[in-house]
Amino acid sequence: MSKVKAARPNFVSTTNACKLCTPLGASLAFRGVEGAIPFLHGSQGCATYMRRYIISHFREPVDIASSALGEKNAIYGGGPNLKKGILNVMKKYEPQLIGVATTCLTETIGDDVPMYFNEFYKEFGDLDLPELVRVSTPSYNGTHTDGWHGAVRSLVEQLCLEKAAPTGRVNILPNMVSCEDVRHLRDICDHFGIGATILPDISETLDGPALEDYVKIPEGGTPIRDIKAMSGAEATIEFGRCLPARTGGSSLEERFGVPNHRLGLPMGLRESDRFFEALEDISGTPLPRRYELERGRLVDAYVDGHKYVFGKRAVVYGEEDLVVGLCAFLSEIGVDVVLAGTGSRGKGLEEAVARVTDGVARVAPEVREGVDFHDIAAEAGELAPDLLVGHSKGYRYAKEWGVPLVRVGFPIHDRFGGQRIRTVGYGGAQALFDRVVNAVIGKKQSDSSIGYGYI
Amino acid sequence: MSTISSTLLEERKDQIHRTGEGAIDIACNRESLAGAVSQRACVFCGSRVVLYPIADALHLVHGPIGCAVYTWDIRGSLSSGPELHRLSFSTDLQETDVIFGGEKKLEAALDELIDRHSPKAAFVYSTCIVGLIGDDLEAVCRKMAEKKGIPVLPVMSEGFKGNKRAGYLAACNAMFRLVGTGDTTDISPVSINIFGDFNLAGEIWIIREYFERMGVQVVANVTGDGRVADIGRCHSAALNLVQCSGATQDLAKMLEEKYGTPFKRVSYLGIEDMAESLYKVADFFKDRDPGIVERTQTLVRDELSRLMPELARYRRDLEGKKVAMYVGGSFKAFSLVKAFRHLGMKVVMVGSQTGTSEDYAELAEITDPGTVIIDDANPLELSHFIKEKDVDVFVGGVKERPIAFKLGVGFCDHNHERKEALEGFSGMLNFAREIHSSVMSPVWRFVPRRAGRAEAVRKEAVNE
Ligand code: SF4
Ligand code: SF4
Repeated sequence: MSKVKAARPNFVSTTNACKLCTPLGASLAFRGVEGAIPFLHGSQGCATYMRRYIISHFREPVDIASSALGEKNAIYGGGPNLKKGILNVMKKYEPQLIGVATTCLTETIGDDVPMYFNEFYKEFGDLDLPELVRVSTPSYNGTHTDGWHGAVRSLVEQLCLEKAAPTGRVNILPNMVSCEDVRHLRDICDHFGIGATILPDISETLDGPALEDYVKIPEGGTPIRDIKAMSGAEATIEFGRCLPARTGGSSLEERFGVPNHRLGLPMGLRESDRFFEALEDISGTPLPRRYELERGRLVDAYVDGHKYVFGKRAVVYGEEDLVVGLCAFLSEIGVDVVLAGTGSRGKGLEEAVARVTDGVARVAPEVREGVDFHDIAAEAGELAPDLLVGHSKGYRYAKEWGVPLVRVGFPIHDRFGGQRIRTVGYGGAQALFDRVVNAVIGKKQSDSSIGYGYI
Repeated sequence: MSTISSTLLEERKDQIHRTGEGAIDIACNRESLAGAVSQRACVFCGSRVVLYPIADALHLVHGPIGCAVYTWDIRGSLSSGPELHRLSFSTDLQETDVIFGGEKKLEAALDELIDRHSPKAAFVYSTCIVGLIGDDLEAVCRKMAEKKGIPVLPVMSEGFKGNKRAGYLAACNAMFRLVGTGDTTDISPVSINIFGDFNLAGEIWIIREYFERMGVQVVANVTGDGRVADIGRCHSAALNLVQCSGATQDLAKMLEEKYGTPFKRVSYLGIEDMAESLYKVADFFKDRDPGIVERTQTLVRDELSRLMPELARYRRDLEGKKVAMYVGGSFKAFSLVKAFRHLGMKVVMVGSQTGTSEDYAELAEITDPGTVIIDDANPLELSHFIKEKDVDVFVGGVKERPIAFKLGVGFCDHNHERKEALEGFSGMLNFAREIHSSVMSPVWRFVPRRAGRAEAVRKEAVNE
């Protein structure tokens, strides 16, 4: 069994946080809807900081509007600015959807966004209005993953209002995976011959091609009509073993009877198997040969590489579900996860890690919720890791400890191509496995005084 | 293609001007327009930028986690000693704190962090939410200063109480509380403080070396590679040099008022401004140290004789290329306009987040007719003018980079995150090299916008 130590009973401050704030997650999710623009209801700074942060990972223009509240609005309420902001965004961006997320400021002053929306519809109902979707995202109440899941649920609950005619499709709520992962998921569904509504779909909107002109809102994203038709799907698959009780998937099940399959992120062999089995069930199609081959190659690679990685000690950190997926993957290749940490709390990380590692891992991972990098570092000596697996923010610790960092997750600020890191499915496991093995080999090579060109 | 009317909001028209078209009267220092996707940040951002490089101080952000996280080690400010500034500290306010107040937590955080890191001082930044829940930062800081025996300084930087400029002032107010606390016995009559340089990529070390060669003592760097003790004794320096955007100009004014220290505005960007800044200092001290003028002339001559031939090589390729820039402070823009002339390039658009009307008037004076001058721009406006002016290279920050790249235009990062030293004479060479390596890259010919145009030109030629 894994053990959870309470993270610092005398919790007072955070040093080098291992989490981001709630509206950032919501903004990312809204970016995965066709014709949508994220809009933060709060002061200007939050939106600008988040844009900067997101841009340095995706290297794409990221326009996030703000109601740019000033002192007066903070006192008298932000309604007028919200409405004016929406009108300005409509004028300039001609969006199909505006995704409004609140910030700490507007949550604290108690701005009633649903009411403002109603007023807005009344005042401007004669205009050709875009869809307006809102999500409440106070940051003192969660992390960016809460913002992400909250936005997905809001999209489903506020757009998908009635039972649609059966579509024969499957809904996939992929969690915070990379653009490349979303592309891969789409390919997999295509090869199974099932239409998939992936929500959100950031594959193009946050990793777009070079174009002739600057487009105000990048192409791609989940079409709104597809979201509206999600109630007519055969089933929903949502990834995440640490999801809140109420999600987009659970809402569709409750309201429209769409069966919801809650699976872990398909990372590594066994979690991917579960995903492919679910697809086989839903589609009635057996595993396509290309995936049989991919799976076979993956197992073959596991065998070829096992000695390099067996017994290596890894510290894993990041979004809770990514951490679970990484634990599932690392434990099955013989890497001991000596610490699995996340900045969020109360998401059931401990049980989830236990479920995916039980019976495979030789050492039950030490699980920590609500940690920052200071906490992780405090134990580094004892943990004696050979490897760090997580986003860029762990780099300074990896450097200090002289161990490699295998980059995965968000943000990747110090390497190129974070949006193209593949982690899901057999192909994702293969890519990750190659990177982990090569990190270990590379470390051995550079630590040696002999210039081995053959290891 | 989108028309200008769909790109520019009516309410923003008076924040845009074209050089040569009537009197310049740009509206500025306004609140950003709701829904306009401004490139601007907040008051907190302004304070954080200024104080960030003080390396032996604790920088504690009092608020929910985001404000601290987004400013964790994102700047390129180097330190020659302690590196406390590169860590991100936050009180990470939770819902109960928002309801019951965060003072207790702030106190506990300061207690814990000051014991852990033994900083020389602590800066406590208030964020939006702190302004709302009404925590008495001043009182907590006073109490903790007494308890811990170090200065604990509130920085009143609630994000919504203005823009970045207000943050500069809040930072200067906090720093001014340190001034006058240190020992000044060994300060020479030929001495300066360097204000408004943040030691990005070690730039302040380049500049300090010039002053040392001139025989000038540098008392405090405010704030690049900054130390609390230096700020504490900086009031005895003979002269303050305030660079660029004026982020620390308020502090210089306070010193002038209280201690009578004069200040001069300088810039270390580009050849002319760099040389002129050094001459200004030499001129100021020439009565106290008659040799200084000659030493400065020698310095400038030596540096230029090394630099000019190399610049000429780049200039050959860059002659006639067009530049647009969007920077934080407008003062930097003046230097860049001149620096680009040395490379034979034409500036066709200049914008800033925080320029004043005097700044914009001066820009209008030094730029060529037709140049677009713009205050508090946004992505759509920037892309509009990049296309209209058919720009070859764009100078800006992280948020501007993808706009340029999407339009198939070269880009140079000239902001707080840069890891390349661009100041001083050696910095000018780095700058030229960077511009050159972007403008001359073969990749632009594959970009659809340029490829399409090249094809159209070819077709036209064939038809004739
Ligand atoms: S909360 Fe306020 S202080 Fe923090 S980033 Fe947003 S605007 Fe700035
Ligand atoms: S105020 Fe809240 S929403 Fe804004 S940056 Fe800070 S934590 Fe994020």
